[in-house]
Amino acid sequence: MTAIDMTLRHDVSALIARKRRMAFLVPLLLVVYLAYIFVAFDLPGLASRARIDNVGILLSDFWSHKTHVTRDNRSGDLTVAVEGESKGEYPPGLSPDWVSQQGDATLIDLGAGHLVTYTPDAAAYEIPGYGTIAVRPEGNALAVDLPPGPVPDWINQSATRISVTTDQGRFAYTRSKVEVFRYEAGWELFFFTLDSPFYGKGPLELAGMALWGERVDPERSNLGYMLSEFWTNKMWHHGDVAWALFETVLMAFLGTMGAGIVALPLAFLAASNFTPLRSIRFAFRRVFDFVRGVDALIWTIILSRAFGPGPMTGALAILITDTGSFGKMFSEALENIDEKQVEGIRSTGANSLQRARFGVIPQVTPVLLSQLLYYLESNTRSATVIGAIVGGGIGLLLTQAIITQKDWEEVAYYMVLIVLMVMAMDTLSGWLRRKLIKGEPVRS
Amino acid sequence: MVDIAYGPDPGPRLDPSRRDTAYLQMVRRKRMYGGILLVLFVALMASGFGVAESRNAGGFLDGLRQLDDFPAEVISEAWRNRAALPGLALQFLPSLIETVNIAAVSTLIGALLASALALLSTRDLARWPRLTPLFRRMMDGMRAIPEIVIALVLIYILGGGPVPAMIAIAFHTSGALGKLFSEVAENADLKPVEGLSSVGASWFQRMWLGILPQVAPNWTSYALMRFEINIRASAILGFVGSGGIGYDLKLAMQWGQGRYDQVVAIFLLLFATIVLVDQLSDRFRNRLVKGAR
Repeated sequence: MTAIDMTLRHDVSALIARKRRMAFLVPLLLVVYLAYIFVAFDLPGLASRARIDNVGILLSDFWSHKTHVTRDNRSGDLTVAVEGESKGEYPPGLSPDWVSQQGDATLIDLGAGHLVTYTPDAAAYEIPGYGTIAVRPEGNALAVDLPPGPVPDWINQSATRISVTTDQGRFAYTRSKVEVFRYEAGWELFFFTLDSPFYGKGPLELAGMALWGERVDPERSNLGYMLSEFWTNKMWHHGDVAWALFETVLMAFLGTMGAGIVALPLAFLAASNFTPLRSIRFAFRRVFDFVRGVDALIWTIILSRAFGPGPMTGALAILITDTGSFGKMFSEALENIDEKQVEGIRSTGANSLQRARFGVIPQVTPVLLSQLLYYLESNTRSATVIGAIVGGGIGLLLTQAIITQKDWEEVAYYMVLIVLMVMAMDTLSGWLRRKLIKGEPVRS
Repeated sequence: MVDIAYGPDPGPRLDPSRRDTAYLQMVRRKRMYGGILLVLFVALMASGFGVAESRNAGGFLDGLRQLDDFPAEVISEAWRNRAALPGLALQFLPSLIETVNIAAVSTLIGALLASALALLSTRDLARWPRLTPLFRRMMDGMRAIPEIVIALVLIYILGGGPVPAMIAIAFHTSGALGKLFSEVAENADLKPVEGLSSVGASWFQRMWLGILPQVAPNWTSYALMRFEINIRASAILGFVGSGGIGYDLKLAMQWGQGRYDQVVAIFLLLFATIVLVDQLSDRFRNRLVKGAR
């Protein structure tokens, strides 16, 4: 065995030993770190803080709606309203077919045999398989007649209120009012609100009205009326939501493209083959680093103080942050160009501007465009978050809907729209990238 | 490029026998198309800016004049209290660590999930080749949901704190990284995998011993890049509603005058962290990808 063999053997076994140690150490470090996080983020305490019942509320509210049937016990007025909102109130004389009047009594059919009856000064809930719960006020308290036997845990009772929750709905009686919630699948009033002449009509009937029906409003065609009723829907605000989506895309577009326009000339000043002066180069690079390091969050805060809330502020915040990223990437692309083409242009006597236009720009365009389009897509997502801070676009609508903690079907609607918007921008930017730049897109 | 200038229609082609006029014609045509595109683009930008400004609370020129009002106010107050800044920075250090931790854990969990998703959705490597489209669509969906959506919903369920932000960022990260990881894995050499399967290795063993060593440098580099992005995301999510330094910043901003020294301390901490992590990860990534020691 020669000396070379010996050192080789030694090297190889040392390498293997090192790899073995790494294969053991890296997972160990990860586990230790995760254990630290487990303690630092107080994961054991999370179980007590989490409100799991909220999951149920969320999941059912995402795809269903509830209709409130409320009677004011003092005035005796009965209101039927979708989600209990005044915008979704049924006008007098119109009520869903499961609410009916018989003399003084109001019958509410919750389905599956569950029947609630409001009589003046009393109410009763008939539950199949259990019996009838009758409630009437007695002085300052409530007198409740329950079927014999132990009180089940879905009946919540105190001296002044009783609430009953079943699979079919909820019933609540207090001294001031009696209320029934009925849950139904679907997003009610999504197309037309109750005051619209098109409410409650099926798609075929609507199509018929649009194509050959009598004009509901003699001033305009049925189709135009329908579109305007849909656009100005008071529950879902389709028009405002569309504007908000447009604002978000606009923020991303203006910010990304504006950043590209600002960054391109600056990138020439930061590229070593165009700016021989080291100090200028250094200064511009530091400017890019600074702008990137300050981060979109801080720019957003500073700008929203000066420009007030709105989409332009968001666009400017994206513009400033991305100027830093683009400046860095563009100057790197400029440093990597092929000098031969510039030489060729120079030999024809072109000045520096012409050399840049005909020798450099055609070379870097594919890289630049691909970066711009890639950022356009990712900025659509950022614009949602920035919109929540500067108060513009779909981000604002989403945070507002979540803060109220009751319009979860609207939250679900916005979430679907945001995902669709981002996916559409992703597809669009991918399509443009393939169209404008033949070959593989460049990604840093 | 000639194809682009002419478009897909087979319209009147140039006469190649008369090269000079043909070339000039082509140049003219290209310039016209370029000019039209440029005019369209400028019009789009201008009108878009007009719309954005009209829907903004303050105008552009007014805002430009008062652009330095807020920074000047903040900095002058912080300058008066400059002696307190190091103490304040120390006071906010735990929140900063929380923000960095959120980013690190979510990058870690996201990267682990992403590697599984990437291997499952790469041609020739997938455990169940029929399910690759499913895993791909899954990653597309995860990528498309902005972090803020998941974070806000989770805050409703789990309460405040770092966990909602962590889950939200990890979810988005696994989608975003999964796509990049799968692009890397697609270019991996399949010979080690064939060798391993010839000796009867299971799918997990084939991936662990045959693919991971090949893709590890690129995957780590992408994960580091994601870590930079996630630090920013975690700060922003804190501002919108969860824990970390973003939340402290929001509180200080809401207080307004009198706490601007805190605002400056947080700005400085955040800036220093982002620049430091950017520089470190830049250096490390260069070493990983170019292999220079």
